[in-house]
Amino acid sequence: MAINFRELQQRLFGSRDDGLTPVTLDRRRIFILPSRAGLLFALTLVVMLLAAINYNLALGHALVFLLAGLGLVGMVHTFRNLHGLRITPGRCAPVFAGETAEFTLLLDNDRPGSRYGLMLEAEKGLSTSSSVGGGNQASVGVPVHAHRRGWLPLPRTRLSTRYPLGLFTAWSYLQPGMRCLVYPKPLPQALPDGLWAAQGSGNGSGGQEDFAGFRERQTSDSLRHVAWKASARDDGSRPLLVKLFAGGSDSQLELAWSATDPTADDETRLSVLTGWVLAADQGRIPFSLSLPGVNIPAGNGAAHRQRCLEALALFRT
Amino acid sequence: MKSSQPDPLSREQTPWLFAAAVVTTLPHTLQQPWWLSAFGALLFAWAFLLWREDRRLPGRWILLALVVAGVAAILADFRTLFGREAGVATLVLFMAMKLLELRSRRDATVIVMLGYFLLLTHYFHSQDIPTGLWLLFALWVVTAALVRLQAATMPPRENLVQAGSLLAQALPFMLVLYLLFPRINGPLWGLPADAFTGQTGLSDSMAPGNIANLVRSGEIAFRVRFDEVPPARQQLYWRGPVLENFDGRIWRQATRPASPERIEELGPRIAYEMTLEAHGQRWLLALDAPVALPADAKLDGRLAALAPRPVDKRQRLRLSSSPAYRLNTAESPLSLSDNLRLPANGNPQTRELARNWQAQANGPAEVIARALRHFREESFHYTLQPPLLGRDGIDDFLFRTRRGFCEHYAAAFVVLMRNAGIPARVVTGYQGGEMNPRDGYLVVRQSEAHAWAEVWLEKRGWVRVDPTAAVAPERIERGIVDALPAGEPLPAFLMRHGDWLRDLRHRWEALNNAWNQHILGYDTQRQRDLLSRLGFEVDWRQLIIALGLACAIVLALVTAWSLRQRIRPAPEIRLWHRAQRRIGIHCAPGETPLAFAARLRAADPALAARFDPVVRHFLLARYAPDNPTSLAALAAAVNRLPRRRIA
Repeated sequence: MAINFRELQQRLFGSRDDGLTPVTLDRRRIFILPSRAGLLFALTLVVMLLAAINYNLALGHALVFLLAGLGLVGMVHTFRNLHGLRITPGRCAPVFAGETAEFTLLLDNDRPGSRYGLMLEAEKGLSTSSSVGGGNQASVGVPVHAHRRGWLPLPRTRLSTRYPLGLFTAWSYLQPGMRCLVYPKPLPQALPDGLWAAQGSGNGSGGQEDFAGFRERQTSDSLRHVAWKASARDDGSRPLLVKLFAGGSDSQLELAWSATDPTADDETRLSVLTGWVLAADQGRIPFSLSLPGVNIPAGNGAAHRQRCLEALALFRT
Repeated sequence: MKSSQPDPLSREQTPWLFAAAVVTTLPHTLQQPWWLSAFGALLFAWAFLLWREDRRLPGRWILLALVVAGVAAILADFRTLFGREAGVATLVLFMAMKLLELRSRRDATVIVMLGYFLLLTHYFHSQDIPTGLWLLFALWVVTAALVRLQAATMPPRENLVQAGSLLAQALPFMLVLYLLFPRINGPLWGLPADAFTGQTGLSDSMAPGNIANLVRSGEIAFRVRFDEVPPARQQLYWRGPVLENFDGRIWRQATRPASPERIEELGPRIAYEMTLEAHGQRWLLALDAPVALPADAKLDGRLAALAPRPVDKRQRLRLSSSPAYRLNTAESPLSLSDNLRLPANGNPQTRELARNWQAQANGPAEVIARALRHFREESFHYTLQPPLLGRDGIDDFLFRTRRGFCEHYAAAFVVLMRNAGIPARVVTGYQGGEMNPRDGYLVVRQSEAHAWAEVWLEKRGWVRVDPTAAVAPERIERGIVDALPAGEPLPAFLMRHGDWLRDLRHRWEALNNAWNQHILGYDTQRQRDLLSRLGFEVDWRQLIIALGLACAIVLALVTAWSLRQRIRPAPEIRLWHRAQRRIGIHCAPGETPLAFAARLRAADPALAARFDPVVRHFLLARYAPDNPTSLAALAAAVNRLPRRRIA
């Protein structure tokens, strides 16, 4: 009979709180075990004790006993380094799939002494360390790889420390109810001509009349659109620039699900749309977005961009 | 700060590990071969330069070659890698090598653990107070390096304070463990041959110059505390090996086993406790004549007390002696004839002289008196620097040089007696001692080493005769410094110093003695004594339980103490909380003071009227802190509140 160990762990040590309010670490939340260095230390002490007995070294006994005491004190202080620490969930800025999300946690230390060597790990092999001064607060970004678009919840996070002696590891599991919005991974593609709204200048090339600025050339851009003079102003280390034209004050783009390659899978089509949204936003071209079931009227600016990206991130999830 | 495997060390952590390596290996330069110190210093300098220049550490093959070279050198020098000295040398070598391989936190941990172990090895050579203090300092440095590994960004000062504080908190555990941890008397396994080197003490033979050399050592041979009044100095003959075989130059112990002594005690006994330093031989140097010995000790048939095993560590002994005694009035003829034997040839003048005395005198007592008078009246000198003697050493001494130390006088006297037909033998040991007024211990040093004679007389048995007393009575009455002629160069520790200096020395030695007695001398026996005095049944199981309990109590205390520390809220906040406790109604989380006051007004207008000033003064004290009187006004307002209402 297979026991789902992870689930058991979650149930035992997981959500004791609603994940929104600050959590103060107390003795029921903190676990402590000797570290590998601690085991080496214990082994060293045993050998030292044997030597002290064998050679009848009174001070050797004293040294071994002092070190044994040091180990115990180290255990108390490792525990103490977490005890009473208050953790408040912070914010998490949205990221694109493939990037690393950073979940901000606020660590409050209401003790006069500093707490060093605090290690936060939400994903195996991806950790961050921090320290909090006495009576102070520190904010730590817990890194998590964002693989897929949609909501990324912060996995159970392990807050651990070995300070001060490294002989023991004390840890606690945090389960703040935080989530991070992950936008689809943008696919850089030129804005196809067919997306211009059929109004204002009337035909598809209408967007080439009023100069609106530059953007970096993407591989799919025609060489005819490269702004050679502007590109030459740089030393050539940067990508070529492409002139952007606005087809007039009322010219706008209609970014639609239907405009994407119907043979590609949904995720790719979302990625293409995301790339378009970014390109249009960069070119300060007003655009509308229509997905099956979602219609966002034409707009401009950061809030509009965010609204569109959010819609793409959460499409059919 | 993303971490990557395997946990690399930061540049700021390395110097702390260098310091840990240096403090733990440095004192070993006093003992280990010079080439090892030089090699270690070279490796350290290399590691330091690489660190300073921020360069890459040497590759695996270079390190391997260095290890092989170092181990080969140790093998060539010590012929082994094990045993005490070679083992320590190997550890020192590894410590130096590890500095060139200091990449990750794991390497650093190995350095710290090796450092802790090396600290222990210092005690092979010395366990005195300065060593203890140095090691405490070294322990501090190594622990600071260990803390550094977990907190790379910590300010150095705080780091040192933290390490010191951790060690201070470990002290109670050490005390408990030291007192209660069941002590096992070592060794657990056979000690390597070099376990006890460099111990000084009497040897089991006596050649001219032996004792004079020993006297130059200021080391303490043993300490004695008498239960009652100490006997007079002239009675303090501490008996070591008795030497009966003479080959013309060297005196040796007899190999023939002797029958047990018959001692008649003629006076009261003197009981005392002796703390004997390790000297690598079996004799216990009891006061003449020992009548009560520790259970496992015995007399060797010649009144010398022997331990069952060589004294390889400091020992505490309970002894009793009877200064007035009669020994073996009925001695076996075999023993008597042994103590008359002389080499067939040699020293003819001595033989001649002794035979003359024997012919003229009426009985042995007169011969003895004649010999002592000879030493006293002829121009004999007592000196630490006697001239060299030829083949007929006794003749040379008695008739030519006439300058000698106690061993010369004892040897010449015994040869004279044997020639005159009186059984006689040489006894070596110590004579005298210095009373330390600070702690009441009599200190006997190697400089008090002495040799005297014993003759066997009808009806009186073996009688002690000290010819040195005839030449230099001051030696017996006051000690060696007074006995040696003025102008003779003295070892520094024997020189006469001002009173304050002597007092200082007494204090220092009393401190050392206390250290030896109470700290180093805490053994199975003392542990048992202490616990039974505290009313414990002494049994290792109970000891373990007591130990566990004591450790748990200390651990609880340390934990409680360390978790208790909290930042006190500002005074106005504390007053604000006190006000709420006083009225028994509490401000909800997220409720502003003004909202709280409004809620109160709706619930209980009378109380609210008295609470309003508290709110006003609290807000003033909190948000307009420049006004110094607002805090006092707040305190006054809180004090005017009615006591907690019983709802």
